[in-house]
Amino acid sequence: MVESASMTTPLTPANPLHVLAAASRDVAAVRLAALAPAARLVFRGREAAIGPAGEAFGVPLPREACRFNTAGGRFAFWLGPDEWLLLVPNAEAAPLFTAIEAATTGLPHALVDVSERSVGIEVAGEKAAFVLNQGNPLDLSLAAFPIGMCTRTVFHKAEILLVRHAPDVFHLDVWRSFAPYVWELLEDARRELA
Amino acid sequence: MLIITCPWCGARPEVEFRYGGEAHIARPADPSALTDQEWADFLYNRTNPKGLHAERWRHMHGCGRYFNALRDTVSDFFVTTYKAGEPRPDIDGSSGGNP
Repeated sequence: MVESASMTTPLTPANPLHVLAAASRDVAAVRLAALAPAARLVFRGREAAIGPAGEAFGVPLPREACRFNTAGGRFAFWLGPDEWLLLVPNAEAAPLFTAIEAATTGLPHALVDVSERSVGIEVAGEKAAFVLNQGNPLDLSLAAFPIGMCTRTVFHKAEILLVRHAPDVFHLDVWRSFAPYVWELLEDARRELA
Repeated sequence: MLIITCPWCGARPEVEFRYGGEAHIARPADPSALTDQEWADFLYNRTNPKGLHAERWRHMHGCGRYFNALRDTVSDFFVTTYKAGEPRPDIDGSSGGNP
């Protein structure tokens, strides 16, 4: 929503994520960061299209459940047995879209640009898993949720994509309109650690 | 909280799942050839057993896939889960009553 001086409604618009991030306190045990915009594509396809799509993207699409592949700053997240999220930080979606579409012409698939649908939040620090577990019931020990794992799950009532990049570094992707909700609950969860 | 084993993702908490009704109900190939009673049976009438029940679940906040589960309707115990399209496992109802 565009704020303007002519706005007369007494209801204030919700804070977008960057406003919350700017006002956020630094807590060493768990740092929160709003991630930069990224190109996001959702690819769904039958067996024949999976290989060519990965080649065109530059990262093979992972076939193992709940894992991601990364190469050259590009990420391919497994979402389902025939569904992947392709993410490239700070990139334009259009050239990627064209390249993958060209490689999979004639093969049954669906490729959708969802760059604006979600935003990324990084949760990092020694208490990152503890804070995430305030709103997520998964076992986040390294044995059950190793580095390289990604999965759709929930954080309180919002659906998120949860990714582990390092023992203490998680990244979650959340739908844009749910992002302030998730951010403020993360803030609430780490308040005792400040 | 119940732990449900998704055939794709493994053991997950129940809040990620949605119930999808009784499993193994195929739409009749030629609905116009059925009597009203047969069509009503397909649409509405379910077995509602006391004991093992084959039912569909969807891993809504996960891989998004539908799969089938055998659940004991008395104890709420999930005896097994299997991928959609696979036949119902031949499991005796007495084996899984552990709440």
